[in-house]
Amino acid sequence: MGMTMVEKILARASGQSAVKAGDVVEPKVDLAMSHENGALVINQFNEIYKDTGLEARVWDPSRIAIIFDHRVPAESSKTAGNQKKIRDFVARQGITKFHDIRGDGGGICHQILPEFGYVRPGKVVVGTDSHTTSHGALGAFSFGIGATEMAAVWALGKVLNVEVPGTIKVVCEGKFKRHVSPKDLILHLVGKLTAEGANFKVIEFHGPAIESMPTSGRLVICNMTVEAGATSGIVPPDAETLRYLKEEAGVTEVPELLGPDADAVYDQVITINVSKLQPQIACPHTVDNVKPIKAVLGVKINQIVIGSCTNGRLDDLAIAAKILKGKKVAKGTRMLIFPASTRIYLQALKKGYVAAFMEAGAVVMNSGCGPCLGVHQGALADGDVALATTNRNFKGRMGNPNAEVYLCSPAVAAASAITGVITDPRKRGE
Amino acid sequence: MANVVFKVGDDVSTDIIYPGRFMATVLPTETPQYAFIDYPEFNARIKKNEFPKGSIIVAGKNFGCGSSREQAASCLKGPDFVVVARNFSRIFMQNAINLGLKMVICPTIEANEGDDLEITAEQVVNQTSGKSFPLIPMPKARQAIIDAGGLIPFTRKLVLEAQGRG
Repeated sequence: MGMTMVEKILARASGQSAVKAGDVVEPKVDLAMSHENGALVINQFNEIYKDTGLEARVWDPSRIAIIFDHRVPAESSKTAGNQKKIRDFVARQGITKFHDIRGDGGGICHQILPEFGYVRPGKVVVGTDSHTTSHGALGAFSFGIGATEMAAVWALGKVLNVEVPGTIKVVCEGKFKRHVSPKDLILHLVGKLTAEGANFKVIEFHGPAIESMPTSGRLVICNMTVEAGATSGIVPPDAETLRYLKEEAGVTEVPELLGPDADAVYDQVITINVSKLQPQIACPHTVDNVKPIKAVLGVKINQIVIGSCTNGRLDDLAIAAKILKGKKVAKGTRMLIFPASTRIYLQALKKGYVAAFMEAGAVVMNSGCGPCLGVHQGALADGDVALATTNRNFKGRMGNPNAEVYLCSPAVAAASAITGVITDPRKRGE
Repeated sequence: MANVVFKVGDDVSTDIIYPGRFMATVLPTETPQYAFIDYPEFNARIKKNEFPKGSIIVAGKNFGCGSSREQAASCLKGPDFVVVARNFSRIFMQNAINLGLKMVICPTIEANEGDDLEITAEQVVNQTSGKSFPLIPMPKARQAIIDAGGLIPFTRKLVLEAQGRG
């Protein structure tokens, strides 16, 4: 019987010739990522060693990555204290993949990991962040865990008692129409599956629309698989994966491309023709409340946000800059843009995107997660309505339970910034 | 037997249970003050320690979806709530097991605030309505961690065994 991608990766990582969905395994971890919640991981890690007489040492400091992104620069002395605690721990343990608050080499963890070549096909990646699903874009099995789970990984180098997830195969046919993007595909899929439709499962993406999609787009779709409850999303690695690793991540060795077997067994197969997709909008207050844009055209927007680990990459900014260049953000609407990494920020500067945004009236912020989850800048007032390229719209998500958040693609966000209402970018002739 | 002190619907996210704006607070002793803070009445009663240990929160499907933040589990563990839900989101469920927060998966549960529930190994009996509802056991893979009282003591034992001192 053939294996899915995740079955193959978990078999290899747990030293077995074959595993199947439902088996319990303890895979070795290739990369363990945390951000500011590393402060909590440190507490739990130290707790494991309490009263044992043993020195608390991580299993392999070269396999731990810590990226400051949630509250950068620190918004409070409490956060600054957490960051300091992590900095001290990093130095003491000899952790090398550490990205502090810097203009060179800082950014959002789910951009830093691929950008610096930390993620490779066929590997096991865990992160104390639910959007760790993103890295399936490079053919890794990558999933979110809690801080205590991570403390155990730091101690043992493996994840304990993992049940091999079943897999939903999603075949994407056709070609995206103009101003329809991977974000629209994943919003459509989350709406179709519902918020719990893929709970405890992996979503494996196939088809011509995936094969022709750049890694930046694959990161978008894998990123948001967790919004359908998925343990992870995954794309079989291919020539595009090799191109990304070599050209954009500077990886010199050629990794093995581990794909699924032709006779792998899937829980469910879903086919989507992306040619038929129109721009999609997730409406308040759940990500699976997805409607085609025509259902919400004209909704007044107080704040537009472009950025995050979902849609803050260079091609997202390129789309937005093309639409916004020479135009103005509507009166009564504010626009915030935060690139996913400082490298992307610099590239956007050199290409003139940042100037186009600022001249249009947008505020370009430093790379980070803050506005997406309402922890650092960009908070909403009571009654405010936001339209964002981020990934979640739960009540209270952008810092205020009495506000509303709609989710969309960069093209929709940019077109709507000019009008101040939800606007179909296809109708503006840009 | 214990009392249902709070009832919520489907897809209650960690942004509801423990909003992101309080994520800089990490200590389990401090997180309960922000539990369900956007439900001010319930939150005020938590802060006043009004609920006896083992008080029940009843929820619909997919409880704890969204962020992996562990505070969403630790803020409910502090007051020692039991969460009875139709089902749980994966990361929340693992966090709860790891921290020793008691959860019951009961796909057909019907209960209202004020009802008294008795939870046995096989079912949840609503003493107020007289109806009973079968429960689903926790995933077998995680039972050893539940039995150890959480992932910290479980891992400590493994670390000591690796040193030949278990």
